[in-house]
Amino acid sequence: MNIDFSSMPSSLDMLHLILALVTALLFVLLLKKPNTENSSLIAEEESLIPDAPIPSSAPEQPAIPQVQLKAATPDSALQLLTLLQQDARFIDFVKEDLSDYSDADIGAAARVVHEGSKKTLDTYFTLDAIRSEDEETRISLPAGFNASEVRLTGNVVGEAPFNGTLVHKGWKVSEAKLPKISEGHDSTIVAPAEVEL
Amino acid sequence: MSSNNTSARYSIGIDLGTTHCVLSYLDLAATAEDPSKEAEISVLAIPQLSQPGVIEEKQQLPSFIYRAHEAELSQGELALPWSAEPGTVSEAIISGTIARHLGSKTPIRLVSSAKSWLCHSGIDRHAAVLPMGSPEEVSKISPLTATIEYLEHLSKAWNHQFPDNPLSEQDLTITIPASFDPAARELTAEAASKINCNQLTLLEEPQAAVYNWIKASGDNWREQVSTGDVILVVDIGGGTCDLSLIAVTEEEGNLVLNRVAVGEHILLGGDNMDLALAYRVKAKLAAEGKELQPWQIQAIVQACRDAKEQLLFTSDKRASENSDISEVAIAIPSRGSKLLGKTLRTSLTREEVQETLVEGFFPKVSIDEHPVAARRSALSQKGLPYAQDPAVSRHLAAFLSRQVDATADVFEASAAQEPSGSFIKPSAILFNGGVLKSPVLAERMLAIINQWLSDANAEPARLLSDADLDLGVAIGASYYGYVKKGQGVRIRGGLASTYYVGIESAMPAIPGMEAPIEALCIAPFGMEEGSEAKASEAEFGLVVGEPVHFRFFGSNVRRHDEAGVQLDYWQEGELEELPELQATLPAEGRRVGEVVPVHLVAKVTEIGTLKLEAIAVDSSTEKSEQGEAERWQIELDVRS
Repeated sequence: MNIDFSSMPSSLDMLHLILALVTALLFVLLLKKPNTENSSLIAEEESLIPDAPIPSSAPEQPAIPQVQLKAATPDSALQLLTLLQQDARFIDFVKEDLSDYSDADIGAAARVVHEGSKKTLDTYFTLDAIRSEDEETRISLPAGFNASEVRLTGNVVGEAPFNGTLVHKGWKVSEAKLPKISEGHDSTIVAPAEVEL
Repeated sequence: MSSNNTSARYSIGIDLGTTHCVLSYLDLAATAEDPSKEAEISVLAIPQLSQPGVIEEKQQLPSFIYRAHEAELSQGELALPWSAEPGTVSEAIISGTIARHLGSKTPIRLVSSAKSWLCHSGIDRHAAVLPMGSPEEVSKISPLTATIEYLEHLSKAWNHQFPDNPLSEQDLTITIPASFDPAARELTAEAASKINCNQLTLLEEPQAAVYNWIKASGDNWREQVSTGDVILVVDIGGGTCDLSLIAVTEEEGNLVLNRVAVGEHILLGGDNMDLALAYRVKAKLAAEGKELQPWQIQAIVQACRDAKEQLLFTSDKRASENSDISEVAIAIPSRGSKLLGKTLRTSLTREEVQETLVEGFFPKVSIDEHPVAARRSALSQKGLPYAQDPAVSRHLAAFLSRQVDATADVFEASAAQEPSGSFIKPSAILFNGGVLKSPVLAERMLAIINQWLSDANAEPARLLSDADLDLGVAIGASYYGYVKKGQGVRIRGGLASTYYVGIESAMPAIPGMEAPIEALCIAPFGMEEGSEAKASEAEFGLVVGEPVHFRFFGSNVRRHDEAGVQLDYWQEGELEELPELQATLPAEGRRVGEVVPVHLVAKVTEIGTLKLEAIAVDSSTEKSEQGEAERWQIELDVRS
């Protein structure tokens, strides 16, 4: 089998971008959505996602001295998976073994995933870039900048203002509007089996 | 104005569309408190199921109903915020996004386009016939019930959000196509009465679009038009194409808007365009040797809609057209969980979309090219009477030609419009409806109209700046409720047609020839809400206890026939036959079979519906001491 390596980077970059975005979102969601009204429902399902990663080093609000760890319920995460599967065939795509397919095949499927994911993101989230400057330009961070919004890397020494190169402009969800779920709904079923009569 | 509308806190406007419903509202109490403040209009976020058990709030409620099989869903998954116990699955009326979603895979259980069925005279609109042609075990509903259900959903959503101000106590304006016949208007009013709405007004959609424009431009609208202007409203929605003409006149120094003409009911809209593209893609794939299955067509329609929007709706700025997307890839995923290798891929180029949509639906035609064969024979009437000619421009040319004299009455003889020419020349144009959001299509439409105008040595028409074309009708409707309270300009309308009852003329029967029919005018053009026409001189005989049928006609070009005028001749196409009327005299106090002579009288209700009544001729003498003459309602919608 011939693999055309020359066309590899472009399509794979797009895929990685989607995956990175979606993964980032799942994390944001896990962090942002603490106990929702449905939490009681899903007690037994907690085991499905046993260790939701919670970075203990980054306090949510600097004003509160006490660090409280929030238990993330998998509910919203499952809901997002359902939406991504519905509109973007996300699980189908990730569960496939790419090695047997040509880039053309992967590209065709990537379009489905990309278009659907975009639709889902646009519908349920309002995403803004944290920094409006162009990437790879020099910016200056004054004292008291929001450390959870801007991460310093590399040669981190000295005191503010910090001057450095903007590597990634960052993303921030300014509004998340996920659909509501009725009480009896089993959110672990992210895609029902389908039988045509 | 009725006396009981003082208590309403809100003016609510409902756009009861063929494919989507929208509800907007305006706080009347707040504007009454501070009249200097500009009236604010909001659009209700309508909670609806998007998937079983998943509730989303959207500004649009898709006008679809799904009749689920018991085994298909579980009861708990149908709960809405206002109904924890929705009843059994097979009885539940499932409307909104979920209905469209489930119906795309199980079309036999999907009720769609109920509004088009509501104005379809070929069927009994009270009969449970939808979904049309489905297996018997699918429990069916009538077009009227479907309409009631959409209103019910909106009403419950409203009451859930505003428990202290139930919808039934608010000022409600429901929009209808300008081309709705009297029976369809009556049915819409009947649907509203079923949700206990008692402060209802019906408003024509193109008029609502004008109100929306007035609202959006603030006081500025007076600078955009002036006396002598003829505004053409072109409203192309998902399922229908609606046309109206509005003349601008002046009275005591104030500008007055007069709705002088409305078009015929044309079932042609954005959905036809998506379908046209889908079939183009299908043909393209077939040429490559790939056969498509029915479910794939569904997916292609959706993909084509997205592609159309990318290629033609370069939405934000004109500048983005330069970004030059010349081709949009269309990928149709497999149904199974295997995505790779089974995804069908093709593409749609800008030229193809241009050719299919712009040339197919908006061809450059001359003003005298009209759609051919507009009417189908009565035999083919089990489906919806979709427009046979997809060219919007030809329908528009026919409308403008037909309405050449529309402004003759409102403009003084000296006014700007010279009488010459073969069509009425609009000087301003207002677009509405999702299709015309596309700058490419809107520009094409404007170019065609201006070509006609320049061919006739007339000034080009201006495009009136518009607001949100998707929500505009609903917003205009709630604004109208505010205008009705005496704030701002009101469009003069009245009946957009003259109505006639057919009388068989007295002459000896000739074998093989239908008895010639004469038309008695019972309701003149422009009759206003709340007025009653003069009772006809002619007497009709009603048989007690038996339904009596009348042939019924409408004309949107004969504007000068007074009530009581009897026509024995009219030109081809001037009168259009409507569903027949039916009157039944109850047998109370009379002998069954007795013939009672009656006069017919028409009135237009405050709601905006036409009412026909039969008045007993002798009652004026016999019963005069007891007060009112005996009257019977004549049914506009005959249940066949």
